Amino acid sequence: MKLSAYLIANNRLRTTRILSIENESPTVKRFTFKDKLCSEAKPGQFLMLWIPRVDEIPLSILNTEKTGIVSVIVKKVGEATESLHKKKADDIIGVRGPFGNSFTIEKGNVLMVGGGTGLAPLTFLARSLTSETSKISFVIGAKTRSELLFVDELRELCRKTNGRFIATTEDGSYGVKGLATKPLEKLLKKERFNMIYTCGPEKMMRKVFDLAEKYRVPLEASLERLMRCAIGLCGSCVIGRYRVCRDGPVFTGKQLEEVKEEFGFSKRDFDGKIIALE
Amino acid sequence: MNQHLKNEGLSVDLAGLKLANPTMLASGILGLSAESLSSIVDGGAGAVVTKSVGLKPRRGYPNPTVVQVDCGLVNAVGLPNPGISEFVKEIQEAKKTFDVPIVVSVYGFSAEEYASVAERAVEAGADAVELNVSCPHVKETGLEIGQNPKVLAEVVGKVKNAVKKPVFVKLSPNVTDISEVAAVSVKAGADAVTAVNTVKAMVIDTETATPILSNRTGGLSGPAVKPVAVRCVYEIYETVKVPIIGCGGVTDWRDAVELLLAGASAVQIGTAVALKGPRVFKEVTRGVSAYLKRKGFKSVSEIVGLSHRK
Repeated sequence: MKLSAYLIANNRLRTTRILSIENESPTVKRFTFKDKLCSEAKPGQFLMLWIPRVDEIPLSILNTEKTGIVSVIVKKVGEATESLHKKKADDIIGVRGPFGNSFTIEKGNVLMVGGGTGLAPLTFLARSLTSETSKISFVIGAKTRSELLFVDELRELCRKTNGRFIATTEDGSYGVKGLATKPLEKLLKKERFNMIYTCGPEKMMRKVFDLAEKYRVPLEASLERLMRCAIGLCGSCVIGRYRVCRDGPVFTGKQLEEVKEEFGFSKRDFDGKIIALE
Repeated sequence: MNQHLKNEGLSVDLAGLKLANPTMLASGILGLSAESLSSIVDGGAGAVVTKSVGLKPRRGYPNPTVVQVDCGLVNAVGLPNPGISEFVKEIQEAKKTFDVPIVVSVYGFSAEEYASVAERAVEAGADAVELNVSCPHVKETGLEIGQNPKVLAEVVGKVKNAVKKPVFVKLSPNVTDISEVAAVSVKAGADAVTAVNTVKAMVIDTETATPILSNRTGGLSGPAVKPVAVRCVYEIYETVKVPIIGCGGVTDWRDAVELLLAGASAVQIGTAVALKGPRVFKEVTRGVSAYLKRKGFKSVSEIVGLSHRK
């Protein structure tokens, strides 16, 4: 059956109503809605969320439930996210996905390093790892105390698995003062991890990558690029030979090694030109 | 590459451009970086066509830019590109990385712009240029040029004067008589024509009563347009003598053979890359090769236009 086989899995745009919106921080809101396909997503996968008449944006999936419930977190950073923040429960949005690959499940001693809303896929992953008897440690970072996400839940999750929980803030208002990467080297010197998972600002992930190489710990990082089609056609999200939407968004340390000229330094802008990362 | 993919019988001569097999990457797909083009070459393409490049950078349209329908995709990406001054680096890099022909797709807002971009693309190493006179979703270029015979002839003529490499003209199905547009292009100097670009289309979401694409209208690609492409290639073959490159909905070898039988000398593949990845080129080439063998043909050229016999 060629026509049905032709349809790119999960790519049909569905509309759904927002079930609830909650504040996670002064700039981050959590949106919950029903979508059967996305509720079957694996940790690390993303969806495209359509804000009718405004834009369509890629978002990491934060949580799924067997009942078809899905949630994502959105930081107010521009026109599209601002308009999404103004939405109310029962408003209509569109969804495509889930897209991309997912984190591999490592059952040993794992470390997660997350910054800002990069904690969404890591939290999703950590929740699904707890039943696998893993030891989970977290290093999380944000600019300031009020922007740290999921602190209570993640601390509890680490405690349950006898892992460490370290929070960092750039202004020192909570936990360790500085970037999330600051306490990392000390931790890697002390403890042998089977895997580091990271998601957050790319410059942070680059430092995590460099340290993972130095201490020879396997790494998986979830990358973000400008996205349009989400199905590997338009080329907007390419890094080296890879399409982040299709070959990623999760890349192994080995793959990142191949694109290390770009990873943490540059990305392609809307016009395809290579620009420096902020 | 597998031995039978090197088969002489699969090679194609497109107005002097030598392809090892009749499959090409269609413009608009993954074509803005040398490295992504290289991954398509590894997938087995006989030639690659870049995304369309203009004189100045363009950011394209806001999302949504691509929406799936029952048997294809509708897109209005809006010709994002860094402009030819920046893009020459990618062409040069591509020439260093692989040796299959690279065709640079060119658009402009005037005949002079087309000529100037084409000239710089060829200087940077393009083996041919393909003129985008058929994009259905950007004003004052693409289709608006392809629908106007006088302007079209001027664009093709100016580009021909500016470059010594083969000039392909990519035609739109959104015209009353595509063979007439092909004839105008050939008279103005086109060395080959590509048929077809996307079919102008639109998708409206019923729940919000909203056109989904930010540009409202876009172009339909994929299996839905294949019969349109076959008909267009067939009609053009009856009218002009230059090679035709078939494009529209090619997903497997049968689609490719159908276009060859209609009169195409080579086929371009775009949307199917989303479905099958870059290996689609190898897969189609193998299928074409097996078909030729099974039917007792020695080369691709023996079946080009075969369905026209009376």
